[in-house]
Amino acid sequence: MGLFGLFSKDKKQKLDEGLSKTKETFLSKLARTVVGKSKVDADVLDELEEVLISSDVGVATTIKIIDRIEARVAKEKYINADELQTILRDEIASLLEENNTSDAQFELPVHPEGQPHVIMVVGVNGVGKTTTIGKLANQFKQMNKSVILGAADTFRAAAVDQLIIWSERVGVPIIQQGMNADPASVAFDTLQAAKSRGADVAIIDTAGRLHNKVNLMNELGKIKRVMDKVIPGAPHEILLVLDGSTGQNAFEQAKQFSLATDINALAITKLDGTAKGGVVIGISDQMKIPVKYIGVGEGINDLQAFHKKAFVNSLFGE
Amino acid sequence: MFENLTEKFEKAFKVLKGQGQISEINVAETLKEVRRALLDADVNFKTAKDFTNTVKEKALGRDVLTAVSPGQLMTKICHEELVELMGGNEAQINFQGNPGVILMSGLQGSGKTTFSGKLANYLKNKKGKNPLLVACDVYRPAAIDQLHVLGEQLGVAVFSNKEEKNPVAIAEAAIKHAKSNGHNVVIVDTAGRLAVDEQMMEEIAKVKAAIRPTETLFVVDAMTGQDAVNTAKAFNDRIDFDGVVLTKLDGDTRGGAALSIKAIVDKPIKFVGTGEKMDALDVFYPKRMADRILGMGDVVSLVERAQEQYDEQEARKLQKKIQKNQFDFNDFLAQLQQIKKMGNVKDLMGMIPGMSKAMKGVEIEDDAFKHVEAIIQSMTPLERENPDVINGSRKKRIANGSGRDIQEVNKLIKQFGETKKMMKLMSNKKNMMNMMRQMKGSGMPGF
Ligand SMILES: Nc1nc2c(ncn2[C@@H]2O[C@H](COP(=O)(O)OP(=O)(O)OP(=O)(O)O)[C@@H](O)[C@H]2O)c(=O)[nH]1
Ligand SMILES: Nc1nc2c(ncn2[C@@H]2O[C@H](COP(=O)(O)OP(=O)(O)OP(=O)(O)O)[C@@H](O)[C@H]2O)c(=O)[nH]1
Ligand SMILES: [Mg+2]
Ligand SMILES: [Mg+2]
Repeated sequence: MGLFGLFSKDKKQKLDEGLSKTKETFLSKLARTVVGKSKVDADVLDELEEVLISSDVGVATTIKIIDRIEARVAKEKYINADELQTILRDEIASLLEENNTSDAQFELPVHPEGQPHVIMVVGVNGVGKTTTIGKLANQFKQMNKSVILGAADTFRAAAVDQLIIWSERVGVPIIQQGMNADPASVAFDTLQAAKSRGADVAIIDTAGRLHNKVNLMNELGKIKRVMDKVIPGAPHEILLVLDGSTGQNAFEQAKQFSLATDINALAITKLDGTAKGGVVIGISDQMKIPVKYIGVGEGINDLQAFHKKAFVNSLFGE
Repeated sequence: MFENLTEKFEKAFKVLKGQGQISEINVAETLKEVRRALLDADVNFKTAKDFTNTVKEKALGRDVLTAVSPGQLMTKICHEELVELMGGNEAQINFQGNPGVILMSGLQGSGKTTFSGKLANYLKNKKGKNPLLVACDVYRPAAIDQLHVLGEQLGVAVFSNKEEKNPVAIAEAAIKHAKSNGHNVVIVDTAGRLAVDEQMMEEIAKVKAAIRPTETLFVVDAMTGQDAVNTAKAFNDRIDFDGVVLTKLDGDTRGGAALSIKAIVDKPIKFVGTGEKMDALDVFYPKRMADRILGMGDVVSLVERAQEQYDEQEARKLQKKIQKNQFDFNDFLAQLQQIKKMGNVKDLMGMIPGMSKAMKGVEIEDDAFKHVEAIIQSMTPLERENPDVINGSRKKRIANGSGRDIQEVNKLIKQFGETKKMMKLMSNKKNMMNMMRQMKGSGMPGF
């Protein structure tokens, strides 16, 4: 069987039925299809293909996963459903880049001379950058860290107001120069304030931008360079926020943002919906960038540290 | 990845050479390619399956020999099928009424508020309406301010009430306000919501029931993946929307979600968003979208626009000049102006298959040719016709006249020489094939 067993079961199902079908979890389906059989057959792999593709894992990564499973199955000949589940989870988890603090809680690295840790948050329009910053600030505040926010999205209507409201909710200071100010200058001010006030962490919001807009991508480079002048090595963390419902375009986003700013952490938002965010598996695998946070709601506490196992389980509807 | 589906098809069809008809066996490879292309474009898993089945049925038994080539035939079948699926021609929205009421809906961050502004702008300027924007997002921080900023920017009135936490009450009050203030269209912006959020879905259903919109729009991000069908279906089940708005198409997403949504809810896509600015709104062209999903670039529109501008006689004259190696700066200038007439250069490049990828990282200004034109216009008629006479002192004069520096003048003259050589070569078909091969190998300088 190849990846696409197009003609293996050519029953034309109506899309409607199909959709309600996906509500049944894959693992329960897996158990069902395997009943009475002692080894994994083509049907099971077909179903696996469907689950992965439907979770936005993408064709290339799905092929990779299925190849690995097939290789394991061929080697071990007889595998029951339980074993298959374990193998499956392991194989997928192994594609997800470890972050240094392996499935850690929120943590702040310490820098020489007590310099503040600087996080710059980037991503395409509407993915949840500003909201994630609010939630992240809250997490750090809960850890008794002093946080300062920088409103460097000076472009989108009321973007500064939005971050101000978040800063008030969390109870942390914000540096802003209003709308249409130079974002690099806001970032500069924020870092200077963070330094002089001895803050533990500074988080810089940036305007959403599509990765194919060269001028806007270059602007990020400029903002970044300015920060390095205030605090050498800053920003220490460049967090790319991806919308969990985004499909294969997330790959291109990761590539282009990486080229422009050396992103070194990912956050996936909106995983409280029905989208699975599977595209991040391939991204993390190919680009060796760890997923650090996931967003699971609009509330101040709806941010979690990324856990591989839980994420993989959620792909299979658990 | 799938910049050129036809090419893939040709490869897949190699096995087919010598066979007269498309049959179950020989079409299997090609259908896999089609399916993969669709999945890479984020077309839903099931939709892609159904689509390939339909294409298979249509292709089976078709006579390969009479077709231009099997690959082209398959591309054509796929393309036709896609266009058909995506719906005939652009659909209009209904804003008639006293007042006409348009309700926005969609997931968080899809672009509802931005599109509300764009639509108000469109109705005001293109349809002579007097719109009222209504802020019914009582949740997102600064959502109301955001709409006010847009309204102010556009000179469109905005109705809001920061004290009121019930969107139904706000919407109802807004309609009353519109009636007594002469607004003939009301655009209701709502909060983003997940389809699985029962309370929020109930809320928008109530808003809809209360204000009975003439048009309910579902706003969806063009980058959405497989989940697009779940969300579209859930929103449609709940509020039975009239049309879809596909936003952020100015990105490089293939936008397969458009096909999935159409297939599952069978509602027309009425508008697309192509930027953050208030005029970045366009009607939906199914043909263009089909090209985009198949990774063919916007070939059709490009060909159409080129045809509009194409003057056959001029072209023949030019062809002769090129063959005789008489192509000069006057022709060059005329060509530039021709290209400019066809529209924004960047848009045009994006329409050529493969070009959008090759152009990545290259920023083309809309007035990219301005300096080139200035330089040519500073040449004397003699110089334009006989570029060879342009010596050092002439170059200096041209540079002064055009306000560009001498290096730029040099560069242009050199480029012109190369273009001329290339055109001469290209005017001969056999040479052209060689040249294409060369260009492919060398990574094609210039553009
Ligand atoms: N359900 C859900 N909604 C979220 C999540 N994160 C953000 N949102 C919502 O998504 C919408 C957009 O969030 P923003 O934080 O404004 O996104 P942004 O990336 O800053 O947007 P721009 O600055 O306009 O590019 C808002 O309505 C948020 O409340 C999440 O994890 N779950
Ligand atoms: N490039 C581009 N950006 C867009 C387009 N439409 C909207 N945006 C941007 O996408 C982001 C989100 O847009 P909003 O209008 O705030 O989205 P929304 O659906 O109202 O968001 P919520 O109210 O939080 O659910 C903003 O940064 C917009 O500027 C578009 O067509 N192209
Ligand atoms: Mg923001
Ligand atoms: Mg909004």
